[in-house]
Amino acid sequence: MKILVCVKQVPDTNEVKIDPVKGTLIREGVPSILNPDDANALEAALRIKDQDPSTQVVALTMGPPQATYMLRECLAMGADDAYLLSDRAFGGADTCATSTTIAAGIKKVPDVDVIFAGRQAIDGDTAQVGPQVAQRLGLPVVTYVQDIQMGDGKVTVQRQMEDGYERLEVQTPCLLTCVKELNEPRYMSVGAIVDAYKKEITVWDHAAVDLDPKDCGLNASPTQVFRSFTPPQKGKGEMLTGSVSEMSKSLVDTLDAKHLI
Amino acid sequence: MADAYFTEQHELIRKLAREFAEKEFTKEILDKVEETGTFPEELLDKMAAAGFFGIKIPKELGGQGADARAYVLVMEEMARVSGVASIYVSTPNSLSGGPLLLAGNDEQKAKYLTPVVTGKKKLAFALTEPGAGSDASGMVTCAVKEGDHYVLNGRKCFITMAPLADYAVIFAKTDMKKGNKGISAFVVDMKAPGVSCGKPEDKMGVIGCATSDIILENVIVPESDRLGEEGEGFKIAMKTLNTGRLGVAAQSIGVAQGCLDEAVSYARERKQFGKRIGDFQSIGFMIAEMATKLEAAKQLTYKAAYLMDTRQDATLNASMAKYYSSEVCNEIAAKAVQIHGGYGFIKDYKIERMFRDCRVFTIYEGSSQVQEIVISRKLLKK
Repeated sequence: MKILVCVKQVPDTNEVKIDPVKGTLIREGVPSILNPDDANALEAALRIKDQDPSTQVVALTMGPPQATYMLRECLAMGADDAYLLSDRAFGGADTCATSTTIAAGIKKVPDVDVIFAGRQAIDGDTAQVGPQVAQRLGLPVVTYVQDIQMGDGKVTVQRQMEDGYERLEVQTPCLLTCVKELNEPRYMSVGAIVDAYKKEITVWDHAAVDLDPKDCGLNASPTQVFRSFTPPQKGKGEMLTGSVSEMSKSLVDTLDAKHLI
Repeated sequence: MADAYFTEQHELIRKLAREFAEKEFTKEILDKVEETGTFPEELLDKMAAAGFFGIKIPKELGGQGADARAYVLVMEEMARVSGVASIYVSTPNSLSGGPLLLAGNDEQKAKYLTPVVTGKKKLAFALTEPGAGSDASGMVTCAVKEGDHYVLNGRKCFITMAPLADYAVIFAKTDMKKGNKGISAFVVDMKAPGVSCGKPEDKMGVIGCATSDIILENVIVPESDRLGEEGEGFKIAMKTLNTGRLGVAAQSIGVAQGCLDEAVSYARERKQFGKRIGDFQSIGFMIAEMATKLEAAKQLTYKAAYLMDTRQDATLNASMAKYYSSEVCNEIAAKAVQIHGGYGFIKDYKIERMFRDCRVFTIYEGSSQVQEIVISRKLLKK
């Protein structure tokens, strides 16, 4: 079996500072990391490989040439091969154009049985690319997966809900987007890092994945970023207890004390 | 690349070590280590799985096939969070593994080195004796040949990890008349009849890795467990120590970085006289001096590692790196405590532990004064 894991290199948002005047993210000097949900997706694939060593795990990303650093990390965690979709023509892509490119890349990887992706990337938080890739490949998709049991020609998964989970069976090939509750990603090892740098990373441009530049990147992006901002930190909620009338009184008193009513 | 001496591969190794140390060596765990004097085995297993015990050891011997720079980075990142954790890394990679790697035959390497670098066994390095510290040639432990084995008698002291070890590399005199040239090296099974350990020492720092005497009373060691030829022991020990110094230099820059981080963060937070203490010139200048000396120590250490990796003579540089880094680490730690004021004197703050941990760095694996001898002799010989 071959599992393809979609990964993305993102700025470490724990390290990102906000420009207090412009309200935009200061990305300079911020380290790039493997998107956390994608690390869970990769770990899920590697655990299947631990069970069945004949399983092949490959990582695929779209990004600038320096994204090879993150792919080396994937190799050092245990992926067998890595693919980088990199071309100036892919630049400025929104989720729509990104999924076109990634789907075109996946089609070029032979014998993929199942695709794992992270739920969403921490820099954009859209959670759109995974499902869009599935749509473009004509595959079933299950999002928010928190447990995966591989079967013969099918996968049984738990889909995370706000108040529980759904248990679903889905045929393969399919695409699953994974949440962090799925697992704890493993560490690389020193020796695996040494080996990762002996491996070739396949780099594909638009021609290699049979895409016309007009169908990629900014040219093929119907959405334009108008303004990006970081949501303001919400204050800590306060739970009121007691009977309805007590709670109502407490609420009114608090609002009154803050001169809100 | 942040540094001239490193490749992207090294940076990824640093990332691994940093993430591991920050996540695994939690305050709760480190406090428990201080309290109980023991380091959790499950944590050692995780460190072994990450490859930290065989960084420089070739893959065919069960190691990771990386280099001296990778070793320095892992040591630095471990020591930045936990001084004692870095001892567990340095022992198999350097001091204990070194003699086997340098002088062991294939059979000895497979039997002793592979289990050590994969974390299955522990190996101690036993050179020092009550009367032979910096002057190793003054040792009186003897090994008398009888047929196909040797009989060892003597006492080794201050042996790191001795009470925990499965084996020890023991240096003993096979010829009492020949001085340094009469010393030979042996691998001794710590469970062999006649081998015992003294009471674990009650140390000032690096608590969590027991240190004790090893007492040898008529211990029979097969000839096949002698490393190298008779009389090569001193050479093996000195060669091991030459590269071992790099590990102490790396520990020093790690602990110093940890101290600087703590001092900077405290100087930003702590307010006195209505402003952050870091805004007082006296504190700001202390931090500037700490950071500058640390950077100099790092460059010395990284360069020594680079010279080793490129097969150039690193003896002088490794001594300079060990000497300077361990000395400035102690200066930086003392200043970091000073910046913390009264809180720095309280065990709740990790700076107190770091201050104690680094004190031994100017002492073990060749004291600062021994390094000065090495450095000055090298220059004056010319």
